[in-house]
Amino acid sequence: MSSAPENNGRRRFLTLATAVVGGAGTVGVAVPFIKSWNPSEKAKAAGAPVEYDVSKMSPGQLVRVKWRGKPVYVVRRTDEVLEQLKSGHNDQLKDPDSIEDQQPEYAVNSHRSPNPEFLVALGVCTHLGCAPTYRAGDFNEIVEGVANGFFCPCHGSKFDMAGRVFNNVPAPLNLVVPPHSYLDNGVLLIGVDKGDA
Amino acid sequence: MLTNIVNWIDKRIPMTETFNKHVGQYPAPVNFNFWYFFGSLAMLVLVNQILTGIWLTMNYTPSGAEAFASVEYIMRDVEYGWLLRYMHSTGASAFFVVVYLHMLRGMMYGSYQKPRELLWLFGMFIYLVLMAEGFMGYLLPWGNMSFWGAQVIISLFGAIPVIGDDLTLWIRGDYVISGATLNRFFALHVIALPLVLVILVFLHIVALHEVGSNNPEGIEIKKPKGSVAPEELSKFTYHKQYSEKYDIVDAVPFHPYYSVKDIMGVVGFLFFFCAVIFFAPEGGGYFLEKPNFEPANPLKTPEHIAPVWYFGPFYTILRVIPDKLMGAGLMFGAIVMLFLLPWFDRGTVKSVRYRSTAHKVNLIQFCICFVVLGILGTKAASPLNNFLGMVTSVGYFGFFIALWFYSKNEKTKPLPERISH
Repeated sequence: MSSAPENNGRRRFLTLATAVVGGAGTVGVAVPFIKSWNPSEKAKAAGAPVEYDVSKMSPGQLVRVKWRGKPVYVVRRTDEVLEQLKSGHNDQLKDPDSIEDQQPEYAVNSHRSPNPEFLVALGVCTHLGCAPTYRAGDFNEIVEGVANGFFCPCHGSKFDMAGRVFNNVPAPLNLVVPPHSYLDNGVLLIGVDKGDA
Repeated sequence: MLTNIVNWIDKRIPMTETFNKHVGQYPAPVNFNFWYFFGSLAMLVLVNQILTGIWLTMNYTPSGAEAFASVEYIMRDVEYGWLLRYMHSTGASAFFVVVYLHMLRGMMYGSYQKPRELLWLFGMFIYLVLMAEGFMGYLLPWGNMSFWGAQVIISLFGAIPVIGDDLTLWIRGDYVISGATLNRFFALHVIALPLVLVILVFLHIVALHEVGSNNPEGIEIKKPKGSVAPEELSKFTYHKQYSEKYDIVDAVPFHPYYSVKDIMGVVGFLFFFCAVIFFAPEGGGYFLEKPNFEPANPLKTPEHIAPVWYFGPFYTILRVIPDKLMGAGLMFGAIVMLFLLPWFDRGTVKSVRYRSTAHKVNLIQFCICFVVLGILGTKAASPLNNFLGMVTSVGYFGFFIALWFYSKNEKTKPLPERISH
C-alpha cells in the first residue's frame, strides 16, 4: 500500500493530521479518568471546624480531637514544660524558631501557640504520617534531659512539647499547628483563625 | 474421533502448533536443578490468587463502613470462607517467597545477561506489580495496620518536591485515607493490576521462549546450525522454529520431562503451603499482623508499625536514612538497581560456577544483607537496628557498584563447550 504510486506528501499530511487529532482526543478522554481521583465534593465539605472545651483538662493531659479526619493533639502543658521550651534544648532541634511554614503566624514563638498553656498540633508525623506517641515523664529514655515529648513509633522521629522536631531523625519538619483560636468562654476552636469566627 | 476434532480445530486456529512450540517441543536444558522449580510455582500461586480472589469478592464489601465486618463475615459465616481467605493471604506471602527465590536463581546463573535483558525486565515489572498488588490488597481488610501501612506508603509520594502534597491527595481522594481510597484500591487490586500482571507473565514467557532457557552452567544449548556432528545432536524432535535455526544439544522437550519434574515441585510446595494454611495461617504475625485484627482507627497508630515481611528490606532502607526525600529516593533506588542489573554486570560468563571468588563473595554478602534488611524491617526502630540497617543498606547498594567495577575484567574459569552429563 505504501508503495502505491500515490501522492505521498498528501498521505503523510493526512497521517499526521489524524495522529494529532487522535492524540488530542486521547488526552481529552484521559481528563475525566484522572480528575475523578480528586477528593469529591462530599469529602471537601467534611472539613468543618470543631470545638473542644479545654477547661476540663488536667495539667499534662493529652486529648485527641478529630478534625478533617486527622488527629489533633491538644496538650495542657505544665509550667516546667514551658520553662524547658524557652531554650532548654534548642541546640538539639532542627528548626527551634519555627522558620519553616508549619504554623500560623500567631504560633511562631517558643511554645508555638497563641495560648502558652496549650499545644494544639496535628498528631501526624511529618515523615510519613504516623501518629507520634505522647511520652509524658519518660521521654528521658529517648532524649536525655528532656522529660516530655513525642516519639514516632514508625521510624523513631522525636518532637518536643511544642511539636518541634529533633535533629538526626527522618522527619524533616516540625509538627503542623492547625489554625485555631479560643472562643470567649475558653472553648478551643480548631480550624478557624482568630477573627475569622 | 478425537483426532478429527483436533484436526478440525487445527484448521481454524494453530492449537497443536502453539502447544508444540511452547510445551511439547520446546527444548529445555537437561540440567535444570532445584532452583528451576520456582517459575512454575509462581504460576501456580498466580492461579491460586486469581481463583481465591474472585471467590473472596463474592462476599467482601469494599466500603469504609463495612469492609472490616465483611471480612469477619467471610471468616465466620461463609462456608469455607476462612479457607479461601487463608489461601489468598498465605498465597500473597508464598508469591513473594517463590518470586524471591526465582530472582535469586536468575542472579546466581546470570539469567539476566545478554540476550536475556528484556526477559529480566519483564520479570522486574511483574515484581513491581506484585508489590503494588500486595500493598493495595493489604488495605482491603481495613484493619488498623492496613490503614497505617497505607498511610506511610502513600505519604512516601509526599516526599517528591513541589507536586508531592497534591499527588498524595490525588492518590487518596480525600484529606485522609478513607472509604474513597479503599474503593479505588479495591478496583485496582481486583481488576486493573491482575490484568496487567497476566499480560506481563505472558510477555515474560514469550520472551523466555524466544531467547531460550538459561541453565546452571550458563552455556547455551543452541549451537550454530551445522556446527554439531549429527550423532551429538539431541535425539528429540523440536519445533522447527528452534531446530531450523540452531543445532540443539543437551536438551529435552519441556513436556513431559519438566512438566513431570515441576509436578514434584508442586507437591513439595503444597506440603509447606498447606501446613501454613491449616496450622499457622497468620504466619506468626508476619503474614497477617496482629494490629490488623482491630478495625482501622485514624486516631491511633499501632505501637510497632511494620510492613508485611516482603516489603521489609525496602522499608528498612527507607527508615535508616535520616532524611525524608533521600530515604524515599534510596528506597525506590534499591528497586531501580535491580532493574538495571543486566547493565551493572559487564561480564560475559553467566553462571556463578565459573565466575571469580570476588563475585561469589559479593553475591553471598548481597543475600545476607537482603535477609538482614528484611528482618530489620519487621522490628522496631532502635539505635542498634539503625546501625545494622545502615551497614546492610551499604551492602545492598555496594553489590551493584562493586559488580560494575570487577565484572569488566573478571578472572573467570574457562567455560566448558557442553553441559557435562
